[in-house]
Amino acid sequence: MTAVMEKADAQPKAGEIPSFDVTIKVRRFNPEGDAAGESHWDEFRITAYGTDRVLDALHKIKWEHDGSLTFRRSCAHGVCGSDAMRINGRNRLACKTLLKDINPQRPITVEPIKGLPVVKDLVVDMEPFFASYREIMPFLITKGNEPTKERIQSAEQRERFDDTTKCILCAACTSSCPVFWTDGQYFGPAAIVNAHRFIFDSRDEGAQQRLEILNDKEGVWRCRTTFNCTEACPRGIEVTKAIQEVKRAMITRAF
Amino acid sequence: MITHQYDVVIVGAGGAGMRAALESSKEARTAVISKLYPTRSHTGAAQGGMCASLANVEEDNWEWHTFDTIKGGDYLVDQDAAEIMAKEAIDAVFDLERMGLPFNRTPEGKIDQRRFGGHTRNHGEAAVRRACYAADRTGHMILQTLYQNCVKQDVEFFNEFYVLDLITDRDLATEDVEEGAEVNATGVVAYDLATGEIHVFQAKAIVFATGGAGKIFKTTSNAHTLTGDGMALAYRRGLPLEDMEFFQFHPTGLAGLGILLSEAARGEGGILRNADGERFMERYAPTIKDLAPRDIVARSMANEVREGRGAGPNKDYVLLDLTHLEPAHIDAKLPDITEFARTYLGIEPYTEPVPVYPTAHYAMGGVPTNVAGEVLRNGHDVVKGLYAAGEVACVSVHGSNRLGTNSLLDINVFGKRSGRSAAAYAKTASFIDLPENPAAAVEAQLTELRERPDGERIADIRRALQETMDANAQVFRTGESLNQALSDIRELRKRYQNASVQDKGKMFNTDLLEAVELGFLLDIAEVTVVGALNRKESRGGHYREDYPQRDDAHYMQHTMAYRRPTAAADEADGHIAGYFDHVEEFDGYKVVLGSKTVTQTRYEPMERKY
Ligand SMILES: Cc1cc2nc3c(=O)[nH]c(=O)nc-3n(C[C@H](O)[C@H](O)[C@H](O)COP(=O)(O)OP(=O)(O)OC[C@H]3O[C@@H](n4cnc5c(N)ncnc54)[C@H](O)[C@@H]3O)c2cc1C
Ligand code: SF4
Ligand code: FES
Repeated sequence: MTAVMEKADAQPKAGEIPSFDVTIKVRRFNPEGDAAGESHWDEFRITAYGTDRVLDALHKIKWEHDGSLTFRRSCAHGVCGSDAMRINGRNRLACKTLLKDINPQRPITVEPIKGLPVVKDLVVDMEPFFASYREIMPFLITKGNEPTKERIQSAEQRERFDDTTKCILCAACTSSCPVFWTDGQYFGPAAIVNAHRFIFDSRDEGAQQRLEILNDKEGVWRCRTTFNCTEACPRGIEVTKAIQEVKRAMITRAF
Repeated sequence: MITHQYDVVIVGAGGAGMRAALESSKEARTAVISKLYPTRSHTGAAQGGMCASLANVEEDNWEWHTFDTIKGGDYLVDQDAAEIMAKEAIDAVFDLERMGLPFNRTPEGKIDQRRFGGHTRNHGEAAVRRACYAADRTGHMILQTLYQNCVKQDVEFFNEFYVLDLITDRDLATEDVEEGAEVNATGVVAYDLATGEIHVFQAKAIVFATGGAGKIFKTTSNAHTLTGDGMALAYRRGLPLEDMEFFQFHPTGLAGLGILLSEAARGEGGILRNADGERFMERYAPTIKDLAPRDIVARSMANEVREGRGAGPNKDYVLLDLTHLEPAHIDAKLPDITEFARTYLGIEPYTEPVPVYPTAHYAMGGVPTNVAGEVLRNGHDVVKGLYAAGEVACVSVHGSNRLGTNSLLDINVFGKRSGRSAAAYAKTASFIDLPENPAAAVEAQLTELRERPDGERIADIRRALQETMDANAQVFRTGESLNQALSDIRELRKRYQNASVQDKGKMFNTDLLEAVELGFLLDIAEVTVVGALNRKESRGGHYREDYPQRDDAHYMQHTMAYRRPTAAADEADGHIAGYFDHVEEFDGYKVVLGSKTVTQTRYEPMERKY
């Protein structure tokens, strides 16, 4: 911008798309204090613009109304996986959901994702989620000597697992899964997606071990193909399809 | 207070931190402390690529890469470091591939490569394909691959722990430590977000890998969490910060939002146009046009807007045109960034050009290190046991302007080097006793912040800071605009003293941490502006309209900024009368500038033309 500018926020967004008022209902939970451990709804009324996302609304609440409102966020454009939450009853990333796209005429509800212990407001304990991820051996397993240069992989072989490399471990899928809600031991879609990423990588030689792990009673067979996960995934990964492919691999790769 | 002891403590779990951890955890007992879950780090946002002269698709070599890096940085690059980086780039890419990184492939199944700004064949003849990539998700794949390998290697993480202080055995901020004297880093103090507990980590070696500081600006491609913590912590302990006035503004941020659209968009054929549809880069950089280095493209764009050729209702952005590219090509090579345009601006890049404007992107400056990753406390002495790598550090391979794809490379090459150096040092060193109550300062700070009477909101001060930085210290700067920024920062510092947090709890108190982070931002904005005021020339990312020429005779030096007590001497190491002698008094301390020599090996500075 020019060296000395009159006002830094002469951005087009306010000019092009008019502002509107919206009510946000947030599910609150404070682990400390007088009402510790009881959750309740809080309502906030804020003014928003056309390009504002749910994350902007939460920031507005935190920065202008109630500093104690607690949620995770970092990148603010859907790549770090910090802010999966239940928005109007559906799992989404707050930073990727524009207010104008979810009918701001009605109050918008925001709750923590389900199936993981709530720590404070919209923050849940992610450790059980990451523990399942770590269990499926989410790393390339190879035998023999390393090549001096790169391993050769054709574009087609690379394409075979492209979809599941996109995962940002946001847990939107796993925490939308009815099986996971009732049985926290279930590996859940995200772990299977990450197993898929390696099982179908032509360079990997650990498929057998991963398939054995997922053949467990808490493994892929618990999936009832409700497609909630696919709908929830903010990266557009065909999660259910990936789970089906892992199931099929179990049958065809003979065990 | 809980205490821990590790041979090596790495602060930060982005690309640089995890690359260091993979090295050091093989050799020494290592802990990685990160305020985010590792996979949330902003390395994951990097899009376009990581360069190395693999020559997989056309002729290339590390010497051309070295030259491009030096010229791209407008010759303020330490040439020995650039040469190391360009040479080690090749193994750095192969390392990642062998760890499992899913690179895009050539028809022969090798790692594919594409063009990127400033990377050329034979010293500037034409653009060369040097960037290795995985669609426009290269950073995501690097971050995931490194994390996966940390899981494989069982690296120990302390996630959602904020490091809030660095402990050294001599306090450079208050003591007058003579040159050559030994100073050791002995530990860090961290705050566990989940519980509010303070943890002290005693270590033989510490690696800072805390990333950038883009949040000093309003319009930025950086994450909310990039608040310059590591830089500010070092600075507060009396360590210098190098070349902070050089901040990169990336040409193509989504207008009004700052979300990045990778240079890969232009590497794949995208064209910048003004309101008249003119391909204006032909006027500014006739040879490589839209693929000129970022500082040149960003200024050209800002100039188009300033001269009234901007597009849109307020004529305040230019257009990135991809409409001539095949949709299938866009989907294969640029899927994420085109999705950003759709999601956030409702623009369909297949058929409509995308509104873009420069966005604050990358800190070229940082904590000074040598090529082994050791942190310098002046122009030549190292702090024993202290290392830094990645965006927090300044080696300096980027000089006054970083080339695209050189940062993902930097974090891998120097992440690896500093991890190795730290582990090797830890093996020979012993623990040094910590002071009586090492967490006292942090505890006092947090208690004071929590208990302050109701005052102004942190967010208001932060917004004002970001607005003055955007208005006065962006792609065009003048003495006047910078003085305005400085006086605003002074004012904001006063307001910060009385600002209060509303959340008084112990558990997951992000309100409190945002207040702490604002303190870091104020420090970083302050050194950035002081450095910019002092540098009365234009070079790379730092453009002074009142001094539009590069002035090698006087300013071919790295800036070193030291925070010192008011009573300390007004001359710092590398003092050059009339040029690197600036002293700026603040409330209770002052910033003293000195300099450090630029290492030149084989390349003589030339005029930078593209
Ligand atoms: C949108 C975008 C696109 C980019 N694209 C490219 C590209 O295509 N090619 C390229 O070469 N470069 C690119 N860059 C630049 C490059 O991605 C970054 O410079 C690089 O990833 C920085 O890595 P890092 O490891 O230094 O820091 P980060 O990845 O930012 O990690 C910082 C770490 O430090 C931790 N941390 C910070 N403060 C504290 C604290 N106080 N206590 C504890 N932990 C802390 C964080 O939790 C995090 O783990 C891009 C940058 C952006 C923003
Ligand atoms: S598969 Fe999709 S929804 Fe599930 S964790 Fe990965 S990115 Fe999130
Ligand atoms: S904040 Fe990173 S995904 Fe939403």
